[in-house]
Amino acid sequence: MTETFVELLGYRFFSNALLASFFASINCGIIGTYIVSRRLVFISGGITHTSFGGIGIGYFFGLNPIMSATIFAVLSALGIEFLAKKAEIREDSLIGIFWSFGMALGIIFIYLAPGYAPNLMGYLFGSLLTVTSLDLYMMAGLTLIVTGFFYLFYKIILFISFDQEYARTHKAPVQLINYVLIGLVAATIVLTIKVAGIILVISLLTIPQTIANLFTKDFRNIIFLSIPFAFLGAFAGLLLSYALNIPSGASIIMALVLTFIAAKLLSIVINHIKVRKAVSGNKENK
Amino acid sequence: MGKILEIENVSAGYGEEIVLKDVNLVINDNDFIGIIGPNGGGKTTLLRLIIGLIRPYRGSVKFFDDSRERSGGSIGYLPQISHTDPRFPISVIDVVLSGLMSKEGLFSRYPARLKRRAEELLNRLGIEDLKKKNIGELSGGQLQRVYLCRAIISSPRLLMLDEPSTFVDTMFETDFYGILKQLNRDMAIIVVSHDVGTISWYVKTIACVNRNLHYHPSNVITQEQLAAYNCPIQIITHGDIPHTVLEMHKHPK
Ligand SMILES: Nc1ncnc2c1ncn2[C@@H]1O[C@H](COP(=O)(O)OP(=O)(O)O)[C@@H](O)[C@H]1O
Ligand SMILES: [Mg+2]
Repeated sequence: MTETFVELLGYRFFSNALLASFFASINCGIIGTYIVSRRLVFISGGITHTSFGGIGIGYFFGLNPIMSATIFAVLSALGIEFLAKKAEIREDSLIGIFWSFGMALGIIFIYLAPGYAPNLMGYLFGSLLTVTSLDLYMMAGLTLIVTGFFYLFYKIILFISFDQEYARTHKAPVQLINYVLIGLVAATIVLTIKVAGIILVISLLTIPQTIANLFTKDFRNIIFLSIPFAFLGAFAGLLLSYALNIPSGASIIMALVLTFIAAKLLSIVINHIKVRKAVSGNKENK
Repeated sequence: MGKILEIENVSAGYGEEIVLKDVNLVINDNDFIGIIGPNGGGKTTLLRLIIGLIRPYRGSVKFFDDSRERSGGSIGYLPQISHTDPRFPISVIDVVLSGLMSKEGLFSRYPARLKRRAEELLNRLGIEDLKKKNIGELSGGQLQRVYLCRAIISSPRLLMLDEPSTFVDTMFETDFYGILKQLNRDMAIIVVSHDVGTISWYVKTIACVNRNLHYHPSNVITQEQLAAYNCPIQIITHGDIPHTVLEMHKHPK
């Protein structure tokens, strides 16, 4: 890297990538906290891979693959939620079916699509440096919806996530909120694909939250801490991706995992100090 | 003394399984009803029916306010088992505040006044120092007290407790029933228990639930009466007189 950071910022592709990281960090910070708290990692992984079907459809019909994948993923997510409740099929089995069906659909359509599939690797592994203005508009729109929804309904989201059955005794709109949230999970996943790729997007929804969870056990604080951690990972990954010309998804995960290890060590040290303080404090009391 | 709710000829259950049959029960203000019955007799199902988690197959559950029929009642509920994740990132005080969900509505920011009220309740149950703790850092008994706070923070007209003594240590138990007695001045209480001996100190009347419901308008019950109510449970004797144990310890205060 010979350019300075300021020079880099002058490039459209770079400022786009930076903005995409910013929006993705907010979306993933909030939605990822919901996913991790409610242990929805598996269904999120399922939705991620299902969305590949939408990408295939986009290629085949000449649509914007991210747009078709968003619609496809949101509908699949709602379908999983609906069928798990109504058809009494076990949710994890259902996810397995959607997961493989979506991937199969994607592969079939991509093979049938005329010509070769450009940027396919980008969708699989992330390509922050090719983010378009349309991608940015969609991501910004989602940020607006996600932050607005969580700002307005924070408490009820928290209470329903913690204890659905109890929320039902209060006649809270449990099912409606669940549908909206799983839809937002799907939209967040697809609109982060450009950043981290289908294979790796789950990292931005889990690693920052796990790091934040080392320092706080409060839902709100996990959100507020995981956003900067996600951005840190995305930013470091972006520089790495640019410098080494590797897919951004992989470099972001490298950055996140290293941050996680460092944070884990830090939290061990902090805990150790706390325990020692508590022990010596008890001695003084006696 | 107003009528809070009336259950009329209710049958209820899960799928094809009828758990409750032809149940009738009226609950009035300041009632204190002990519900007893064998395991699987339908005690929890009765409470779930009242709170609206399941609908009756037949019959009706009606709520009243000033003897006019209302669509729902104000009920505090302490479930027997909470299907909650002990690692969920939520603090004790937020769990208590969640008892205000229906009162405060979807948009609520939960003003300081309500937080203070939650703290007062935690204080009353001797766990105010836990308020900022994560729910996973509590013992079973502490958790139960937090759920009791959650059940009463809305000052409900009816409080329903499903086997509250399961996790409560004996030290706290007497204390616990003392608190219930105090609460009973402001709200009707239904408490499910498998230990007839203990609850009959505190309750005013008893209902035996075993598919059917037999209401017993007294807190004194004999083994023979239990048999007549088709309620095969053993009275645990806390004294030495079999059969009419409960008369022994009338009113601890
Ligand atoms: N969710 C459920 N689905 C199907 N059957 C249930 C369910 N919950 C309880 N039952 C059945 O209903 C009966 C009564 O259960 P319950 O009301 O929990 O009894 P109790 O609280 O008196 O021990 C039991 O036979 C039980 O198997
Ligand atoms: Mg029960």
